[in-house]
Amino acid sequence: MDAMTPPLTTRRRPGERLKGLLGSRWALLTVLALVVAGLWLMASLQGIPGQRVLSLMVRGVMLGGILALGAIGLSLIFGVLRIPNFAHGDMMTSGAYLALLALSFIPLGAPLGPFSFGYEFLVALVIAMPLVGLLGYALDRLVFRRLRNQKSPPVIMAMAALGSAFLIRSLIYVFWGADFVFYYTGRPRPAFELFAGIRVRPDQLFILGLALAMIILVYLLLERTKMGKAMRATADNPELARVTGIDTESVIRWTWLIGGGLAGAGGVMYGLDAQLRPEMGWWLLLPLFAAVILGTIGNAYGALVGALVIGIVWQVSTAFLNPAYGPGVAFMVLILVLLFRPQGIFGKPGGA
Amino acid sequence: MALLTIEGLTTGYGEMEVLRDVSLRVEEGEIVSIIGPNGAGKSTAMKAAFGLLEPWQGSIRLGERTISGLSADKIVRLGMCYVPQTDNVFPSLTVEENLEMGAFILTGPIKERKERVFALFPRLAERRKQRAGKMSGGERQMVAMGRALMLDPKLLLLDEPSAGLAPLLVDMIFERIRDINASGVSVLMVEQNAKKSLELAHHAFVLVNGENRIDGAGQALLADPEVGRLFLGG
Amino acid sequence: MSDVALIKSLLLTIPLAFLVFRALPAGLALAARLPLALALGWTVALGVTLLVPTGVMSYLASFAIVGSIYAVIALGLNVQWGYTGLFNIGIAAFFAVGAFTSALFTTTAPTGVAAGFTQQAFGLGAPFLVGVLAAGVVAGVLAAVVGGPTLRLRDDYLAIATIGIAELVRLVFQNERWLANGPQPLRGIPQPLVCLVREAGCPWLPAPIMGLFAPLSPRDYTYVYLVITALFVIVTFMVLERAVRSPWGRLLRAVREEEDAAAMNGKDVARIKLQAFVVGAVIMGMGGALYAHYMVAIDYSHFDPLYATFLIWVMLMLGGSGNNRGAILGAFVIWGVWTGAAFAVDALRPALAAISPELPARGPYLRLLLIALLLIFILLFRPKGLIGEERFVSRHSGSREA
Repeated sequence: MDAMTPPLTTRRRPGERLKGLLGSRWALLTVLALVVAGLWLMASLQGIPGQRVLSLMVRGVMLGGILALGAIGLSLIFGVLRIPNFAHGDMMTSGAYLALLALSFIPLGAPLGPFSFGYEFLVALVIAMPLVGLLGYALDRLVFRRLRNQKSPPVIMAMAALGSAFLIRSLIYVFWGADFVFYYTGRPRPAFELFAGIRVRPDQLFILGLALAMIILVYLLLERTKMGKAMRATADNPELARVTGIDTESVIRWTWLIGGGLAGAGGVMYGLDAQLRPEMGWWLLLPLFAAVILGTIGNAYGALVGALVIGIVWQVSTAFLNPAYGPGVAFMVLILVLLFRPQGIFGKPGGA
Repeated sequence: MALLTIEGLTTGYGEMEVLRDVSLRVEEGEIVSIIGPNGAGKSTAMKAAFGLLEPWQGSIRLGERTISGLSADKIVRLGMCYVPQTDNVFPSLTVEENLEMGAFILTGPIKERKERVFALFPRLAERRKQRAGKMSGGERQMVAMGRALMLDPKLLLLDEPSAGLAPLLVDMIFERIRDINASGVSVLMVEQNAKKSLELAHHAFVLVNGENRIDGAGQALLADPEVGRLFLGG
Repeated sequence: MSDVALIKSLLLTIPLAFLVFRALPAGLALAARLPLALALGWTVALGVTLLVPTGVMSYLASFAIVGSIYAVIALGLNVQWGYTGLFNIGIAAFFAVGAFTSALFTTTAPTGVAAGFTQQAFGLGAPFLVGVLAAGVVAGVLAAVVGGPTLRLRDDYLAIATIGIAELVRLVFQNERWLANGPQPLRGIPQPLVCLVREAGCPWLPAPIMGLFAPLSPRDYTYVYLVITALFVIVTFMVLERAVRSPWGRLLRAVREEEDAAAMNGKDVARIKLQAFVVGAVIMGMGGALYAHYMVAIDYSHFDPLYATFLIWVMLMLGGSGNNRGAILGAFVIWGVWTGAAFAVDALRPALAAISPELPARGPYLRLLLIALLLIFILLFRPKGLIGEERFVSRHSGSREA
């Protein structure tokens, strides 16, 4: 209670200094760069052309954009509520399926330019996003707020998040079945050459652009609005936020709404790029957490950086690994981070 | 009419009793210091005063109003602000944003209030765009105090404002506390640094083992032989 | 009374007598308690065997087998979560690794033409108990590898890492054909003591004892396996009951409650957490082995996070974490709800079809909905579960209060 705070600078033994060096931000970034370089090397050793690796990197950035939409919300919820939201992946899935539902009510338009979708897809996206935000808000009202008021330990809330994940998924199974579906069946989705032999599909460029636009919007929200700043403050230190007089309940409400909306958008985009499956979000959960921890829990910009790293490593690894192992590769990155710098790129030492 | 009155407070964490039958008073315009050895329950008394711990027995009143059981944001609205001892800034927010968070409950413009804090701590004005997490211990303490002053509180609670600071900075922080008090804000603080805080305080309470031991005017306690034996190495 | 009924009832006596023994007041002298338990257990077993139709009876037996397997795994989870507070949501990893390890140890690798259809890294043809032991060891080693770097960090990192290991294990068993036949099932996992019900009999068993089992036909094997799984539950339960009353058990609870933090340094805490994590995983691995030998053929899809992780969590939370009896009770209740809900959904088929033609086929997922809601209700309204945690008042006498 009355313990003295440790002095700000402490003398360290050489061994600790080495450990400190290994755990520094730049060391971690170097390790990650080495991982990417290693992946490239392995690819070239197997005779995979550089162009293909470059294409995969571009795809990785796009996948990173999708992951970022989920990871930003997950990181904010983690920071603000101090719970790992295991339902976040399934919230993304629900966004994908809610857009599918919306599409069934909107008359089909002609494909827009080179894309595989028409205007109706954009409308469906705009409908799905706030619905997923409301889903997050509803979960908070019905489950997490009650647990907070009962002063339940965080691990019970984490378990409630796990229960919510299965609840959402069971609803998706009941309404849409277990088979995978596409937003548009039978439409050709040709790839074209961007430059230097890098091949991408127009849809993927759209996804990347939209993800970037949303990330910029989130940036403006977090930097320019009072609620955004309060969200960052609460994610930094919920206890201090409360004693400062910040209305943490309304911060929590907005965190769910915004985090849910972003997750919904991420799910729609993932569904557009691949296909819709009830398990898609659960499979994304691991890469999402890897991104969040890599970028430091509670740090929205860190989550963006983490998501890009995970996306690139995941995609490039498919050049020589069974693509099914993507989440496994993300897990390896996570273990590396936990071993060397558990507080992530932007955390302070000992902050984990 | 005292500003803050704590009467017969007994409380603790979980099953563990930390304070027994503690009474404290802060009069309008005073600097009041709580001193005591490690583990005496000083910080606990302050946390209880701010509603962070439920009192098991006893009452806490701000003016005439009983505030036990009120949430922190309500207490802040009543004009009492609290600066915790550690982790008292939002590290990823800039200095200016930290101050803005102090005024979260206000809806109107707050530029003037910010300028007033910057006038009190010119160092903060120079570094207003700097992230608080990158600042030194003394600067953080200024940010934390500045944030608490954004609401123009009647009473400011400071938990060990000088902890972990270099001696020069300690003098500067105590100087600022005097300035803040001169501008009409009452201060209740917990301090390890008994001598310096007694020099500053109008009134002081000595807690030992979670109970009131001695209280009196700051200068009088400086001269008190028991206090000298306990804290001042005399 | 037929010979079949007699031998079945004798087999069923083993688990039932144990239940009766536990239910009798502890004050009773062992000399009275044990015979009484055996007599009562046998009476009940005989009554059930004679009164319940054979078909229903063998359904109940196979229900009890799966319930027992889940009970073993829930007991393992109870060591990790109930006593030590470790949040493992990758139970499926240890479950699957145990199942595949035992399968690989006890099967023989195919040769000739068959090798073209079934690939496996090795097949030792080892006895059942060796397989179960190996399953525990490999699952324990996996737990040490996962727990080592994560248990000294924040609690939620362990949870995330365990999701990761479960996914990785699933991906490996799905994609690596050479290891355990890839996405195809690994078949022919031997059933222990199956010779008891075979025409040829067990050559190593004296003829008179073998003669006792002569009335049983191969379809009665369920009863034999039920005894095996029940014995596993009983042994695991008794070992754990001793362990949690030992000084070690007290250390686990101290770590969970973060009490005595001053008396323990961080290294000790991490070591104790690792011990609990490994012990729990060993038990889960053995549970996996029991599962493999019951199913005879397994593949990766059996270890879906839903069946192999989530359901077990609900079992422990319902029964009461920190209570071994609760873990067993929860396993049977939830397995009962899960299978019972299947009947309910079946009965509702016409009603569901009236709502939407696709709904009856998706009926099974209504069960998932039900279980997920149940977990959230438990967390909100009865976080202690059905029986709640046992409190240990004195560490010297080992006595306890409810």
